[in-house]
Amino acid sequence: MRAALAQASLIRHRARTMLAVLGVAVATAMLLDMVMLATGMRESFRELLLSQGYDVRLAPKGTLPFDTDATIPGVSGITKVLRTNPDIREISPVLGGSIHIAVWARDVSSAVLGVDPIVQGDYEFLSGRDITTPDAIVANDYLLKKLGARFGDTLNVAAGYDPQTRTYSGQRKLVLTGEARFIYGATEQSAAAVRRETLEALGGGARRDRASLFMVRVRKGANPDRVRDWIATQISTVTAISVATAIAEVDQRLSYFRQLAFILGAVSLFVGFLLVTTLVTVSVNERAGEIAVMRAIGLSRAHVVQQIVIEGVAISLVGAIIGLALGLITARYLNSILSAFPGLPMAIDFFLFQPRAAWSALGLLVGSGIVAGIYPAWRAASLPIAESLRREAIA
Amino acid sequence: MVDSGPIVSLLDVRRDYSLGAERVHALQGVSLDVERGDYVAIVGPSGCGKSTLLNLIGVIDQPSSGTVTIAEKRVDGMSDREATSFRLHNIGFVFQRFYLMPILSALENVALPMAEAKLRREERDARAAELLAYVGLSSRERHRPSELSGGEQQRVAIARALANHPALLLADEPTGELDARTGTEIISLFQRLNSDGTTIVVVTHDEDLAKAARHNVHMRDGRIVAA
Repeated sequence: MRAALAQASLIRHRARTMLAVLGVAVATAMLLDMVMLATGMRESFRELLLSQGYDVRLAPKGTLPFDTDATIPGVSGITKVLRTNPDIREISPVLGGSIHIAVWARDVSSAVLGVDPIVQGDYEFLSGRDITTPDAIVANDYLLKKLGARFGDTLNVAAGYDPQTRTYSGQRKLVLTGEARFIYGATEQSAAAVRRETLEALGGGARRDRASLFMVRVRKGANPDRVRDWIATQISTVTAISVATAIAEVDQRLSYFRQLAFILGAVSLFVGFLLVTTLVTVSVNERAGEIAVMRAIGLSRAHVVQQIVIEGVAISLVGAIIGLALGLITARYLNSILSAFPGLPMAIDFFLFQPRAAWSALGLLVGSGIVAGIYPAWRAASLPIAESLRREAIA
Repeated sequence: MVDSGPIVSLLDVRRDYSLGAERVHALQGVSLDVERGDYVAIVGPSGCGKSTLLNLIGVIDQPSSGTVTIAEKRVDGMSDREATSFRLHNIGFVFQRFYLMPILSALENVALPMAEAKLRREERDARAAELLAYVGLSSRERHRPSELSGGEQQRVAIARALANHPALLLADEPTGELDARTGTEIISLFQRLNSDGTTIVVVTHDEDLAKAARHNVHMRDGRIVAA
C-alpha cells in the first residue's frame, strides 16, 4: 500500500516527476563518467602492461620506457646477467627508433621497433609472414595505407633523411612481409618492426648492442618485485620497473585527473540529491492536508516516512537506471574523442566500464535518494495534525 | 468486560495556542459526556471552538489542561504512537472535504485503515465491499474519487471511517461541501448508522444535520453554553 501511494503521488504530477528523473539521470551519467574516468586510464594501462605477460621492464637509468631517446648499452652483457636469475623466464630487448621509406618521390616516416620475434611482446602479428629473416619488415595498417605497398614489395628503408637535400642515410632494402597491430602504438601513427640486429645495422655502429627497453617475464609463482629489486642491485645502468611500480607511477601522474573526477562526481551526486529533496519537499508541502488526514485516520508516522522515502528512492532509482545508459553512451563518445589524442597508445581507454563502478554509482544514487527523502519525510511525519487540518480548512 | 459509563468524557478541558503574537483560548474549561449509542451535534458560530473540541475527542490534538477519556481510556498526554494506534482502532473520522486518496479506488480507500491495522487482504477487501454496500456504493467499488460525485465521495469517506469498527464516529461539517439533496442523503445515512448502534459526534453549521442528532451541544467563545 505504501509503494502504491508513493507511486500515486509521483504519477499525480507526471511532468514534474519526469523532469526530476531526467535531472537525476543527467547527474548519474556524469557521476558514472567521472567514476569511469577516475579509474579508467589506470585500469586500462594495467591491462595494457599485463596483456603480453611481461612483468618487469628495464629502461635507461632515470627514465620511463620510451620516455626519452636514451638507450641502454651492453645488451648482451645485461642479457647474460639476467639469465643467471632462475626466476627470469624470458628476456626481450627492444630497440626503438624511426625510419624513412622512399615511396616514389615521397618520404614516408615511421616509428620502428627492433625486436626478437620469438620473444617480442610489442605487437600482435596479424597476417603475412613475421620478421623471420634480417631483411623482413612488418607494418601496421596505417603505414601500409600510407605506403600503398603489398606483401612481398621491397622497400627502400633509411635511418635518416635530410629534407633540404632530399637525401637518405643508412639506406637498406627490406621486404614487406606482413601486417601487425602495435600494442603500445597510437592511433593514426605509422609503426613497423624489424629484427633488432637489422635496426642496429640501419643506425650504423652508434646503436650496436643497445636497447631502448628490456621486457622481462618472470617464472610463474615468482615475485616480480623481488626480481625487480634483484635487477636494481645487479645492473646499475637501468631502472627496473615492475607492473605495480609502473601503475604507481602512472597513478601519481594521473592524480589530478582522479581529483577532478572525484570533485565533479561529488558535485553531480550533490545536485541529484538536492533535486530529489526539492521535489519531494514541494510534494509534501502540497499534500500537507492529505498527510494530516492520513495521520488522523490512524496511519502511523512510519507509514508516512516510508511512503515519502519510497518516492525519493523511486525517482533516484529510475533516474539512475536511465543515467547509467546515458553515461555509457556519453563515455563511449568522449572516449573516442580523447583516445584520438596524438601520441597515446590506442589501447588506452579514458573511460573504462567496470561493473563495480556502475554498481557503486547506482548504490550511491539510491543511497542519496534515501537520504534525500529523509528530510521531507521527517517534515511530513512531524506535521501537527490538527494544525495542518485547520490551515487546510482556512486555505 | 462490559462497557459502562460515557464513551466520551471531558473534564474541565482547556486548549490554548499561539496565533502569531496572540494567545488564543480556544476552549475554556469544557466538560462534556457523550453516552454510548448517542448522536451529538456540536453547534455554534465560527471560531467558538467546535472543531478544537472535536480534535481533542478524536485524539489528534492534546488539551492544555483537563482530562479527556474516550472508551474508558485517558487519552490526554498519550504519546504520538499510542494516539495513532488508538485512533486507528477506536475512532472514525469524516471530514468536510472527504480527503480520499485520488489514485486509489473507492474499495482501496476504504481498505486503507484496515491495511494499516494489518488485516489480511481478503478480509479487508470483503469488509470494504460490505461497507460500500452499506453506504449504497456497491456498483462504484472500482471507481476513483474523481469519477464520483461529492455525495458519493462523502459516503466512501464514511465507509472508510467505519473500517476498523470504531467505537466513535466523528464528523467535521460532513455536509459542508454538498448540495441540499446530497446533504439530506448523508443526514439519513448518519441516522441509519446511529440506529445501528454507532456513536456519532458531528460538528456542524447545518441546521438539518443538527436537528437529526439526538442531542445538540451549543458552544460560544470556547465554552458550552447549552447541552
